[in-house]
Amino acid sequence: MLESKNITMRFGQKTAVDGVTTTLIPGHVYALLGPNGSGKTTWMKLATGLLKPASGEILWNGAPVGIESRREIAYMSTEPYFYTWMTVQDVGKYYDDFFEDFDPARYADLLSRMELTPELKTRNLSSGMMAKLKIAVTLARRAKVYLLDEPFNGIDLIARDEIARTIIETAGKEAILVLSSHLIEELEALADHAIFFREGKLILDCDLEEMRSDSGESMAERYRALYARKEVI
Amino acid sequence: MQFDPMKPIWAQVAAALQTDMVTGRLAPGQKMPSGRDLAVRFTINPNTAARVYQELVSQGLCETRRGLGTYVTEDEARLSGLREALAREAAARYLAEAARLGLTRADAVAMIEKEEN
Repeated sequence: MLESKNITMRFGQKTAVDGVTTTLIPGHVYALLGPNGSGKTTWMKLATGLLKPASGEILWNGAPVGIESRREIAYMSTEPYFYTWMTVQDVGKYYDDFFEDFDPARYADLLSRMELTPELKTRNLSSGMMAKLKIAVTLARRAKVYLLDEPFNGIDLIARDEIARTIIETAGKEAILVLSSHLIEELEALADHAIFFREGKLILDCDLEEMRSDSGESMAERYRALYARKEVI
Repeated sequence: MQFDPMKPIWAQVAAALQTDMVTGRLAPGQKMPSGRDLAVRFTINPNTAARVYQELVSQGLCETRRGLGTYVTEDEARLSGLREALAREAAARYLAEAARLGLTRADAVAMIEKEEN
């Protein structure tokens, strides 16, 4: 399991993540929600071990995250980070060199499902194609944890369905998936839990099907209830 | 399939499968897709898919054969009971809508007779 124990992260005066405690369990898909600047991306970077918290700790199966845990924790950032001279095929080779759990056959399958040609240069990819490439190369890892920051951003409806199916195939009894998105409706049926952040704090962690049974609320409605700007009279 | 996100998704998928059982798209004794395949087909969380089968099994509409998977029941009484239950739900929805429009129950029943299809 992935445990976030009272972690806090500051950038100068700003507290980006503020005392976040939560435990993520294998076999679940978590929607990580909140407005821009609420700490979602920073939390993902902390969970990957790319940032060190000012206080608190993140444990993967009992050990602090870092170089070791990166073998099992796959992270997809919002910004593309491939060299422009690389082809789509090269990106796969690059990942294959870095990560023992990378599965080239799965990568080839994902590329064809996302309609990406291996010979294409990354510098020539449209933003939508780049988004699909990031997903394909990340989900081609047989990781234990997948942290996907905005997996549906800039992706057309048809490709979104394909990505949703790929995410479901990737989810299993042993994997933890965390998906952040502004497209909340896309996550309603995909996630089973939702974690809401506001101003760096975790404000709600809930089971979605329970929420629907108990209060007849969708995740989107709860989102609106939590973040709607209060009218000043 | 489009879901109503305000209602439990497992219940909506279970209802779709129940309809398939009544219409014969899912035949008695037919093997159901694995939980994983059901999740992919409906684009739903795998835990939600597992819940769908748990519910269908507990309603006696599906049975799990150890090591083989989940099958539609061959119990005809169960399936005709399901048809009756779904038909009654549809009738109740119609009567509620007719009442909302100001029809008496007798008017509502007469309206069905008038409708040729």
